Amino acid sequence: MRTRRDFIKICSVGLGATALTGSAVNWVVGASTPKGSLKDFRGVRRVPTYCEVCFWKCAGWSYVTEDGQIQKIIGNTDDPQCKGRLCPRGTGGVGMFSDPDRLKTPLIRETKNGEQTYREATWDEALDYIATKMKAIAEKHGPESMALFNHGSSGKYFTHLLNAFGSNNVAAPSFAQCRGPRDTGFELTFGESVSSPEVTDIRDTRCLILIGSHIGENMHNGQVQEMSEAIDRGAVIITVDPRLSTAASKSKYWLPIKPSTDLALLLAWIHVLIYDELYNKEYVAKYAEGFDELKVHVRNYTPEWAYGITTLKPELIRQTAREMANAAPSAIIHPGRHTTWYGDDVQRSRAIAILNALLGTWGNRGGIFFKEGIKIPDFPHPPYPKPAWSWQDTLNGRYPFAKEAVTNTVIEASIPGEGKNHVIKGWIVSGTNLIVSIPLKEQLMKAIHSLDLLVVVDTMPMEITGYADVVLPECTYLERHDDLRATAHREPTLALRMPAVEPLYETKPAWWISKQIGQRLGLGPYYNYKDFKEVLDWQLKQVGSSLNEMEQMGLKKFERKTPVYITPGSDYKFKTASGKIQLYSHELEAAGFDPMPKLTLHPQPEEGFYRLIYGRAPMHTFSRTANNRNLGALMPENAVWINPQVAELWGLKKDQYVFLKNQAGVVSNFSVKVRITERIRWDSVYIVHGFGHHHKPLTYAFGRGVNDTELISDVKIDPVMGGTGMRGNFVTFIKDAAKKEAKS
Amino acid sequence: MRYGMAIDTRKCVGCSDCVVACQTENNVPIGFCRDWVVEVVDGTYPNVSIELRSERCNHCANSPCVRCCPTGASHFEDGGIVLVEHNKCIGCGACIEACPYDARYSHPDGYVDKCTFCIHRVREGNNPACVSVCPTSCMYFGDLDDQNSKIVNVLKNRKFKSLAPEAGTKPQIFYLV
Repeated sequence: MRTRRDFIKICSVGLGATALTGSAVNWVVGASTPKGSLKDFRGVRRVPTYCEVCFWKCAGWSYVTEDGQIQKIIGNTDDPQCKGRLCPRGTGGVGMFSDPDRLKTPLIRETKNGEQTYREATWDEALDYIATKMKAIAEKHGPESMALFNHGSSGKYFTHLLNAFGSNNVAAPSFAQCRGPRDTGFELTFGESVSSPEVTDIRDTRCLILIGSHIGENMHNGQVQEMSEAIDRGAVIITVDPRLSTAASKSKYWLPIKPSTDLALLLAWIHVLIYDELYNKEYVAKYAEGFDELKVHVRNYTPEWAYGITTLKPELIRQTAREMANAAPSAIIHPGRHTTWYGDDVQRSRAIAILNALLGTWGNRGGIFFKEGIKIPDFPHPPYPKPAWSWQDTLNGRYPFAKEAVTNTVIEASIPGEGKNHVIKGWIVSGTNLIVSIPLKEQLMKAIHSLDLLVVVDTMPMEITGYADVVLPECTYLERHDDLRATAHREPTLALRMPAVEPLYETKPAWWISKQIGQRLGLGPYYNYKDFKEVLDWQLKQVGSSLNEMEQMGLKKFERKTPVYITPGSDYKFKTASGKIQLYSHELEAAGFDPMPKLTLHPQPEEGFYRLIYGRAPMHTFSRTANNRNLGALMPENAVWINPQVAELWGLKKDQYVFLKNQAGVVSNFSVKVRITERIRWDSVYIVHGFGHHHKPLTYAFGRGVNDTELISDVKIDPVMGGTGMRGNFVTFIKDAAKKEAKS
Repeated sequence: MRYGMAIDTRKCVGCSDCVVACQTENNVPIGFCRDWVVEVVDGTYPNVSIELRSERCNHCANSPCVRCCPTGASHFEDGGIVLVEHNKCIGCGACIEACPYDARYSHPDGYVDKCTFCIHRVREGNNPACVSVCPTSCMYFGDLDDQNSKIVNVLKNRKFKSLAPEAGTKPQIFYLV
């Protein structure tokens, strides 16, 4: 396809010009060790930071040697989120800093001899270019026609920029591609979501129920640590997963469910709790409404009914229901996190929420606790202008319960079409590799090719950078100040991130980039500071601390003022309209949805095809760590997990490479290694998400493993909130590379 | 004094944090490692179990590596820690062959390298890097001769095994099962 926006491989513009310089990176990429010494470097200075390799944001210390090298990153023992123990990604975070493939200088797209290419630019050039384009878009279409896609700490500065500019079209894949259904389901039931980090009291629970949530492989540090404590204390763990996940292997009960039938199991559990009178009667009577309707609704959802659907034996369903009831209210049906599976995900999350309600877990020790955080005031700035329209208008009457912007509809609004009142013409993309995070590829490409401006801010040459008009190289979290981490959890905490070393190359922090663009757009009053340290110091002083204090401590705990659990006998009001837990949702009913969850049967694979299940590995975060040498050494590529019976049928051998082809004929870009294992069902295959990078500038990650997102072409959208269900795709194997006919 | 380690396979999630922490603490070149994680799958679906365990030099009391070293580079330190003195090592690799645990590797700088139990940290009263970073706290390090130590306590109260006991090396790392 020839368009005005050809995909450009960043390596073609001679980034080698600013090759790895200085000794700053020598240490981490393996400097030689002087012989005979046991300890060659001693961290002489420790600098507070909090991690940016995932969203858990554990507080830690960068150890910097005398000659300014980052030796290691160690967790902050005061931080309740990590207790001084970072996960492998946090420990290996130095690899983000030392990555030789980092973006090093601003790049501007230009056409040379009819070929599109990038040229290295100065910051002034790049920023002027962006400001000019943004002004032109605002003049022609209004400032609302600028949108932001973001993930991580840097998103906040560009949100501020767009809000000041006059747009609130700010979307993140973390909603419609991840936790959205869970949050919506819990909000509809309890009036609030379980937040991040989740307010699950795993540490003190007697029974933890995981449904497709693979704690231990998803390395959400605090939860992994608490699950380990729970194991030590002999808590019962029940894991529902078609795959023997790590968590499943630690469980008293593993329920090897047929994929896509989770809702049948949940309804059967609800049935048993109600009809065997195992539910928490006092709690339900006091705090919930709609119980009678629910009781009638689940009458026929017996374990025997569920057996035929889930393949789980009725006695196992009953026994596990009794286990959780015995432990209740010290039990957690874990809400999970990545919940965009089959397009009926809000309803499944509702069923999980209802189970929690029946067991009385919310507000009880060992269940779900109340969080408390410290509120950090915004640095003073003029009020934001009111946009004439916003992302809500891009919903066009769909997805009535989307409380956050839905990436898919913002993307859709970027495709010009007849009768569209709201058109988006410019994007800023910060910290998210949309090519791998958004499964609606055709729509995404159409939108990208229609834009007047696409700015990508990243530390690495991820796939999305190849489509940008301007690429801005951001420095890594180890080289910058950032917003305070104000966590609401068991204890309110604040954590500081400050640079361990000066930014390498021409990279800059996102707060600086935002400010520079803002000033060029005449938004100077919104950036009334010279340095971000001023902002931090001012904010910290509002809550009785200071930058100076935080530089010493890294993390500060504040005294909790509200109870962690419901005070026994008290008249706690939930945050729903009526103050009661909604077992029956009038809100959903009024919008035309099922007020109580019903089972939807989902398509099953045809002969020769296997359901594609994807998940996480503890040493990687999405697609962003695949190029990190420290972490890549632990897991350089993903493998496709295949049951031995299936492997025999196909004549597949261990470690052989195969291509995957999905039901629509889409063939994976690269081949993937076969892992034959009893840990997976015979109707499914499993791969870890985030591999199969096809952008050559990612010199380490390029071509290693396969990218699940490209095989997810059948996306089932949740009508309640717009989540993109991604588990309804089936793949088969192409053993002979010569027979690979790509259709993608 | 006899240093040892107990690793709880019931808690280990196989995240390999121990490997990365060792790498950054001890400047192990990328592509090599002093510790690693093993996953053992047993049974057939759905009656399957997994054992995950972090492995490293067993600091054997009866060490074939120390016995076979022609230069004395491989030796015992206080507390039974087996070390390689880099400047005495000629990189002949006899110890690599002798080790039943495959715990040693040839460092690109020409000597043989392996786990030191982070002796530089232990001498300062700290735990080895792998133990102190482990998110699941599944590793216990301490003095096996000290009846009040945590490690002796867990070994008294839990079933445990060691690796390749038939090799007769008297390994000092124990896996709680």
